[in-house]
Amino acid sequence: MADDRPDPDRLLAQVQAEEARARRGRLRVFFGASAGVGKTYAMLEAALAAKAAGTDVVVGYVEPHGRHETERMLETLEALPLQPVRYRGMVRQELNLDAALRRHPGILLVDELAHSNLVDGEPPPRHAKRWQDIAELCDAGINVWTTLNVQHLESLNDLIAQITGARQRETIPDHVLDEADEIELIDLPPDDLLQRLQQGKVYLSDQVATAVERFFRKPNLMALRELALRRTADRVDAAARAQGLAGSPSRAYLARDRLLVAIGPDAQAEQLVRTGKRIADALDAEWTAVYVETPSLQRLSEAERDRRVDILRLAESLGAGTVTLDGTTAATALIEYARTRGTTRVLVGEPKRRGWQALWRPSTATELVKRAKGFDVLVVARQGEEATGRAKPHLDVSREVPWSRYGWAAAITAVCTGVAFLMDPTFSETNVAMIYVLGATIAGLRLGRGPGTLTAIASVAAFDFFFVPPRMTFQVSDAQYVITFLVMLAVTLTIGNLMANVRQQNRVAGARERRTALLYAMSRELAGTRGSDNMARVAVRHVAEVFDASAVVLTPDSSGRLQYPAGSADEGSFRGADLSVAQWVFDHGQRAGLGTDTLPAAPAVYLPLRGARGALGVLGVLPANRRRVLLPEQRHLLETFAGQIALAWERVALGEEAARSRIAAESESLRNTLLASISHDLRTPLAVIAGAASTLARHGATLEPTARKSLALSIEEQAHEMSNLISNVLDLMRLESGRVELRCDTHSVEDLVGTALHRLEPRLQHHPVAIDLPDDLPGVSVDPVLVSQVLANLLDNAAKYTPVGTRIRIAAVADAPMVRVVVEDEGPGLPPGDPRLLFEKFQRGSEESPVVGAGLGLAICSAIVAAHGGEITAGHGTHGGARFEFTLPVAVVTP
Amino acid sequence: MTQAMHLIVIIEDEPGIRKVLRVLLEAENYRVVEAGTAERGEIEVRAHKPDLLLVDLGLPDEDGLTLIRHIREWSPVPVVVLSARTMESQKVAALDAGADDYVTKPFSAAELLARVRAGLRRASRGADTLPLLSLGETRIDLTRRVAVGPTGAIHLTPLEYRVLDCLARQSGMIVTARQLLREVWGPDRVGDTGALRVCVKGLRDKLEPDPRRPQFLVTEAGIGYRLRTRDPDDD
Repeated sequence: MADDRPDPDRLLAQVQAEEARARRGRLRVFFGASAGVGKTYAMLEAALAAKAAGTDVVVGYVEPHGRHETERMLETLEALPLQPVRYRGMVRQELNLDAALRRHPGILLVDELAHSNLVDGEPPPRHAKRWQDIAELCDAGINVWTTLNVQHLESLNDLIAQITGARQRETIPDHVLDEADEIELIDLPPDDLLQRLQQGKVYLSDQVATAVERFFRKPNLMALRELALRRTADRVDAAARAQGLAGSPSRAYLARDRLLVAIGPDAQAEQLVRTGKRIADALDAEWTAVYVETPSLQRLSEAERDRRVDILRLAESLGAGTVTLDGTTAATALIEYARTRGTTRVLVGEPKRRGWQALWRPSTATELVKRAKGFDVLVVARQGEEATGRAKPHLDVSREVPWSRYGWAAAITAVCTGVAFLMDPTFSETNVAMIYVLGATIAGLRLGRGPGTLTAIASVAAFDFFFVPPRMTFQVSDAQYVITFLVMLAVTLTIGNLMANVRQQNRVAGARERRTALLYAMSRELAGTRGSDNMARVAVRHVAEVFDASAVVLTPDSSGRLQYPAGSADEGSFRGADLSVAQWVFDHGQRAGLGTDTLPAAPAVYLPLRGARGALGVLGVLPANRRRVLLPEQRHLLETFAGQIALAWERVALGEEAARSRIAAESESLRNTLLASISHDLRTPLAVIAGAASTLARHGATLEPTARKSLALSIEEQAHEMSNLISNVLDLMRLESGRVELRCDTHSVEDLVGTALHRLEPRLQHHPVAIDLPDDLPGVSVDPVLVSQVLANLLDNAAKYTPVGTRIRIAAVADAPMVRVVVEDEGPGLPPGDPRLLFEKFQRGSEESPVVGAGLGLAICSAIVAAHGGEITAGHGTHGGARFEFTLPVAVVTP
Repeated sequence: MTQAMHLIVIIEDEPGIRKVLRVLLEAENYRVVEAGTAERGEIEVRAHKPDLLLVDLGLPDEDGLTLIRHIREWSPVPVVVLSARTMESQKVAALDAGADDYVTKPFSAAELLARVRAGLRRASRGADTLPLLSLGETRIDLTRRVAVGPTGAIHLTPLEYRVLDCLARQSGMIVTARQLLREVWGPDRVGDTGALRVCVKGLRDKLEPDPRRPQFLVTEAGIGYRLRTRDPDDD
């Protein structure tokens, strides 16, 4: 197997885990076999020592248990305010998580790692369990010291229930302890503990007093102590092995066991999972909990199907991978999966069917043992009284077959009977019976299990009644016909069942295929979508469709606060998402809400959209049916969706960023060109104005009147140039900022040309203008001010760059749905080079041309024409001059 | 230009421009009173009863538009707006507020003086229509509604006469499209710029020597139209 190979990823993961650990706060667990061994005391003692050494130690939550020693120690430590929580009319004091995060001490003491928060309390806690609070504290970089009893470990839960006869409600996943940085075992021999108990040194509340008798017995305490010691020893061992692994990864990795735990919907499943965890730990094996969806299991009721959700989640919380397989029988699917995964051991529950039933349909365990190849099969014996039979398959008729099919069943039987009557004179009864078998087979194939069965029974009855002597009675003269009946019944029922299974499988496979196809459909559509708003809409639509839910994509504003999407609600959009939950998800990069460990009371589930550089947003999903997001494979699918969305999102974000930086670079160089160009084009006229004005001021009286006038005229002319330049710069800035609102209306090109010519009258006095406009030219829908500016700029250019006396031609032709306007001159033509460059800012025919004008005129034309949806081009005219052409939209004629 | 010297009040906050305007206008034999703020300007207008106002739109104490509206409440004095290059919509707003015309800064002496003369002519005529209009070689009697061109009589429709009449009453000055529509077509058709354009095109075809390069009926893009009659003082 390729994925068996030791690979750099594993080492990388190790390095990353170490790095993450370095940033995180350290978790130190004071670990004991049972209450009363002195964990809290030991923790406080260590805390005082740390405080004496100058560390910032703060008490987050410590249960003093009314012991004086403990209380005295607590008095000398700073304590955080507790969070009062109202719960069923009482007020309980809980750890104040936010206060702790704000205070951010060097070491925080939080007693009772396994404590469950009051999920139904007011205010509701952020996490269901204290270990999650502590994980968040550690994530925030706070070192946490806490206490834990061995009986609270999830994997030991059932074992301890066996030992003590009481089941622990408050448990923590084993990985919490496994990932703790330090574990300090607080050991007290059972005799000493019992002595302390008798002396009243161990705090016990009244309600547990009755349980105490049973719990604090010496054999119990010894067993618990042994478990605690072993657990600690295992950890030391694991640490040593981890070191070894770092040294030579390949050998250790190849030797790894792979354990597969096969679970069903029965009561033994939970026991199997816990046993699996223990065995996997002992073997240091990777383990996977596998549930096989067989056709018969698919007919279980909703409630029973929900059970497996819980079981698979339990397995996940114990560190297992979980897989749901499809298969006709559990054994086949398991063997197939075990082979492809290089499994070394398979754990199954004990056979449920025994005796003759097992002969007919052997149990999964039996089947596995028989066919196992390359792996061991471990059969786990059922625990005592929990051995209730497996849940009965639950037939849901309404989902199965519409009633009309039963009509068809009857019809088939009738037709067979008809055919049989035709055959009767010439053929023997055996062959007549074959017709019925054929009919029942067809019914089984086509109509499903129920109608197939009906056809089989009806056929047997009809055969018996009509054809088996004595005819027209249900009596049977010859015993050998009984065999015929039985075979007919068996054949038709078998085929009917087989077909029903095949159909069921197809249905499931089809549904899966559909979901996969939908995932691809979304990816594809996202890939073709521009803009984050549109992408969010696409994502929401797809998630809503696939998960039968309403969904929302929440994105942060510039300050990192999530906000509701703007705009109107689309179909499937989830309004009223809980922003505080979403914000938490966004900040911590972890899922929360329905079906998760954090804020499970929320009606919706929130997933972070994680990109390579942190969370991009949050996907909120409010399912119409809880199961749609709770089933592990659905959860994984939802996560895949979230991953796809995040990926697509990030791709766009990166693209936009690249575009932004490119634009920034462009505008930077543009700014430089602008400064250079404007400073040149402003200084030149300013020099003329200043020079002429100062000459006039100083020598005005002595100058010839003609010389005076010429100086004054050049001042006027240059001022005019400067004014034009500034107008152009302002125009361009306005146009490019997109703040120009087009005031479009229907105008005739003739009128626009007239306006432009009027504006340029003084400049055009040395150039004859020919106007060539057809009479039937349609009106154009344009902003008259802007378009006459285009014409004026083009005419101005023509006047500026052509010799005096040459002709300028203005023409227009209809070119539906546009009108094409041409301005042509007979001057020297365009400068060499790409004519498109002329429309860039600050391009001039030739560098340092004596003609002033920062080369903005054509850029303005281009911007205006583009704003109207037209385009402008430059080329060579018929008379060797320059030719500019632009298009304008034809006005829609309104009656 | 020695007839009773016209008095012009300049309301403009920029001293440099006030100075240039004073020199220019006094050289043309006008009397000039300056004001730097809207408040001062209104006082001067009430005190001197000027023949024409030159008003800058951007005044330090009050918007020029508001000032024009205030003055229009009690005086028909011609108002020419001096605007630093502004959007067409702002110009239209000034004209709608009661200004008679505008001059864009920077302006040339010739342009400013032409506007001033047109304004003064309008004032001296009062509300009366020019009985006779001459556009190039075409003579139009607006009261008798008779038009004669170089090639003979020209037929104008009643609507065209009314548009021409409206433009002629403020000849040389700008008339907004809205104003024309309100006066000729009625207040409920002020949005029908299409009808106005068709009418103006008809007038041009009949009156302009080259309708494609109109000399008399000039479009002021985005604002309205101006009737340019021969100005005896224009170069």
